[in-house]
Amino acid sequence: MSGTALDPRTAPVFPMAARSAMGDTQLRKNVRHATDVIQGKRARVVGEMPDWQELREAGKRIRQHTMAHLDVYLEEFERNCTKAGGVVHWARDAAEARRIIVDLVKATGSDEVIKIKSMTTEEIQLNPALEAAGIHPFETDLAELIIQLGEDQPSHIVVPALHKNRQQIREIFRTKMNLPELGERPQDLADAARMFLREKFLRVKTGVSGANFLIAETGGVCVVESEGNGRMCLTLPETLITVAGIDKVVPRFQDLEVLLQVLPRSATGERMNPYNSIWTGVDAADGPKAFHIVLMDNARTEILADAEGRQTLNCIRCGACQNACPVYRQTGGHAYGSVYAGPIGAILTPQLMEMEHAQSLPYASSLCGACYEVCPVKINIPEVLIHLRNKVVEQNGMRNVEALAMRAMGMIFQSERRFRAAQRMGRIAESPLVRKDGQGQGWIGWLPGLLGGWTQVRDLQSMPKETFRDWWEKRGTDGK
Amino acid sequence: MRVSLFITCYNDTLFPETGKAVVRVLERLGHTVEFPAGQTCCGQMHWNTGYQAEALPLLSRFVAQFKGAEVVVVPSSSCVAMMRDHYPKMAEQLNDAALKREVEELLPKVFEFSEFLTKRLGLEDVGAYYPHRVTYHASCHGLRNLGLGDGPLRLLRAVRGIDLVELQGVEQCCGFGGTFAVKNAEVSSAMLAEKTTAILNTRAEACTACDNSCLMHLQGALHRQRTGVETVHLAEILASDDGTR
Repeated sequence: MSGTALDPRTAPVFPMAARSAMGDTQLRKNVRHATDVIQGKRARVVGEMPDWQELREAGKRIRQHTMAHLDVYLEEFERNCTKAGGVVHWARDAAEARRIIVDLVKATGSDEVIKIKSMTTEEIQLNPALEAAGIHPFETDLAELIIQLGEDQPSHIVVPALHKNRQQIREIFRTKMNLPELGERPQDLADAARMFLREKFLRVKTGVSGANFLIAETGGVCVVESEGNGRMCLTLPETLITVAGIDKVVPRFQDLEVLLQVLPRSATGERMNPYNSIWTGVDAADGPKAFHIVLMDNARTEILADAEGRQTLNCIRCGACQNACPVYRQTGGHAYGSVYAGPIGAILTPQLMEMEHAQSLPYASSLCGACYEVCPVKINIPEVLIHLRNKVVEQNGMRNVEALAMRAMGMIFQSERRFRAAQRMGRIAESPLVRKDGQGQGWIGWLPGLLGGWTQVRDLQSMPKETFRDWWEKRGTDGK
Repeated sequence: MRVSLFITCYNDTLFPETGKAVVRVLERLGHTVEFPAGQTCCGQMHWNTGYQAEALPLLSRFVAQFKGAEVVVVPSSSCVAMMRDHYPKMAEQLNDAALKREVEELLPKVFEFSEFLTKRLGLEDVGAYYPHRVTYHASCHGLRNLGLGDGPLRLLRAVRGIDLVELQGVEQCCGFGGTFAVKNAEVSSAMLAEKTTAILNTRAEACTACDNSCLMHLQGALHRQRTGVETVHLAEILASDDGTR
């Protein structure tokens, strides 16, 4: 059913994947347009908040506090959720989470599930696991439906199909829903999806969801969404199975006051999500009769143990960093080889997976800091990127050209004498490559090896005859 | 004031005119300038690429060179950002209490060049004359890490004869990013192409910034495409005059 899964273990390294993504001019146009629109909306609604920086700080504090006492709040959540009639399952990793969910669905006797958009189920590749067990998952979020029908993979945390434009979506619906006459107005596409989904909502008896937040104080689960599909999945099925990373917990109901202000504004540029659902256990009068929640670790406690990487877990999956990222803007999400793309993916994926599979991701950033600037809970993504780069370097040791060059440069910078010698050597070494331009200036248009990346599209001015320090010395200390 | 210059390794090697311009402006303003000869590099390239072990000794070297300075002026926003954002943590990592104290004492005295003029000296007009059409690129580190705001623009607006034109997408990264330009050459080039298009759209004769690393990257493409547009460090514009003062 689904296309090739985004898996860092099999994905090409970022520069290679980026090259092929960037060859797709339609995709780049779609991504640029979509990120421009969302960024513009975000800037407008953030701009109307006089206390935005205080809200960010409050968001950061809530998340930091939660992570510092994660065990306490998880146990509190389990107690309160159980008390309300929910069943709590613990999963060490993705495989265990998949197994628990597949078994729970099988126990309902159903061979179909309706799903609410959930990056966690993408993270654990739940759909292929369900299909392998003979269970058909139906995505109900419009974007996820487009991805599923198009046999594609998500390109964005919040807007998974942002790399597709309206005509492409119409084409997918026309063929997969068998609607040869389908029009191309947004209304036509929405109607087609509504008809397609309504039948699933009414028929399928088991729902699978992710969670935006777990509330320890009440044992409640919170999902925010724009379309109402999620609410259908939360209310119509007889059995509801929710899977969430253990990082999703917040201590108190009141914490949502802050988080539900910063999340929609950062994510889609809305003041509030159209649908905000909180459900707590089961209720005889309404909604599903059985509620299961799978609390999954999947490397999160390892991230928690790393003092410098820990802040990654504060993420509330708003995707603002993706929209702001100039690298993501050029490549879209697939180049990251992971369901978590963009700046947050570049730090989350190498920590969730074995790092050797994601070594190129911490370098998929110019460290411009736009991601940190927009993050609603102030995750210093550039700082974590640098931390992970150091881990990559330590993993790879010194037996490669880059490491040897870096070590040599390090030695040079430790002595003024060596630095001056290197400056002289540089002038000699570059001289065969230098060509004079019309103005008589020396330029280099081709460099060998690793440095060739520079001269693909850029020239390099030749080194001046005299360094600043030479000039300073000649000038004398009298100032003339 | 006694101003110690940290010229930075690539300005020293590749852009000596920037350092000379800094000296000229500061002396014109009546300050005494000194250049500690043992200085080399702030360690940014190593630190940001993941080579912490190579960057750490450069911290001690910097502190040894500038200990006791009244102020340190640096014509590079990214190098100052490196110091402010990472030096305290590096000192912590070296587990050297004395060094940590020295870093804490020294950092508040370190200023990026335009920041020194606007925030420390409270100046806008430094007596410059530059009769050219110019656009300003806000380097990411200057904009976000140092929070330079419109400081550089206020300095530029006060330059006589200048025709200052706004750059579209001024807050967008030019795509340099140090080793990023080489490791992710294609993406870097695509970001660069957006920026050079914006620069050409201004029909400026020159693009200026507070960081020669961005400018080197922009200049490389502007030259390759034979646009005739120059790049020039802010200090060089501020150092220009018509000889009447």
